[in-house]
Amino acid sequence: MYIIIVGGGKVGYYLTKHLLSAGNEVVVIEKNPKKVDLIMNDLGGVAILGDGSDAGPMAEAGMNRADIVVAATGDDEDNLIVCQMAKKKFGVKRTIARINNPKNEHIFSVLGIDSTVSYVDALVAQIEREIPAHSLIHLLTLRDVGASFIEKQVPQDSPIIGISMNDLSLPEQFLIALVIREGQAIIPKGTTKLLGGDEVVAVTAVDQENVLDRLFRGELIRRR
Amino acid sequence: MKIIILGCGRVGTYLAQSLDKDGHHVTVIDRNTDQFAKLGADFGGQMVVGTGIDEDVLKKAGIEKADAFVAVTNGDNTNAMAAQIAQHVFKVPHVVARMYDPVREETYHLLGLNTVCSTVMGADKIREMVGA
Repeated sequence: MYIIIVGGGKVGYYLTKHLLSAGNEVVVIEKNPKKVDLIMNDLGGVAILGDGSDAGPMAEAGMNRADIVVAATGDDEDNLIVCQMAKKKFGVKRTIARINNPKNEHIFSVLGIDSTVSYVDALVAQIEREIPAHSLIHLLTLRDVGASFIEKQVPQDSPIIGISMNDLSLPEQFLIALVIREGQAIIPKGTTKLLGGDEVVAVTAVDQENVLDRLFRGELIRRR
Repeated sequence: MKIIILGCGRVGTYLAQSLDKDGHHVTVIDRNTDQFAKLGADFGGQMVVGTGIDEDVLKKAGIEKADAFVAVTNGDNTNAMAAQIAQHVFKVPHVVARMYDPVREETYHLLGLNTVCSTVMGADKIREMVGA
């Protein structure tokens, strides 16, 4: 594949190195001559000196035949413009933007840049996973289709403990996909009962993430 | 009119002063507080410190009730992004972005943004004046 990376800082450098070793054709556009020299010395003649949101260097890099363009600079405004220029002016099908400020993820989405990578969000998710709190963890959000994979631990005093799945009244667009108990994954059946300390992984519509809380508070136990 | 001006450089300052003088409700945004000194003691509008691509800064400047948004920082990309936020996220009725790069200006013009390329305007004017 032919991949153009805009921004040859640490992210761009290691991304280039990785993509090259995986057998891709890669070109980096970077405006700092020192960084261009470093890439040329270490990785071969794969860097172009210039502003990657400028049509000149973009054309020089062969933007119109790129399979993927990755905007990996430290400035969100530059990353947005790189992706928009690549799509609108050069007809690039796939663009991926690095997002530095998590607040911009929503803006990028509104402005038509759907494929984004936010380091801060990734770090926060990783930290959430490491903290053994009872907080809701976002494992994965499929924004295009409005679905989330979320995880939460069953509190030791939850009224849901000992109730089997068959006795729950769960809303539409909500599924308990997995129960993790003492390091073992259990795919729940109708007879599976939740225990205190279980990690429950659910698939849900994005606007229904509070269902897990209601479930653990005992609000969704079917009345008999 | 309530008008927000992003970027308190030469153009931003001149625009803010003249609109303020004509009785418009003007708010200027700039990352650097020192720039506001250029507006002078007579300026009756508001000043907000911050980056113009931040939704919270824009809200603080009153973008939700603005009639017009003008992006005139010295960065084309900042202007393009801020103007798009104003147009698509906050639905401001009149949005203008100044750009130096003619190619970028043309692309964003095609994307439906109101753009002004000071480079082309200046060059055209000079050609006209030298009669070439």
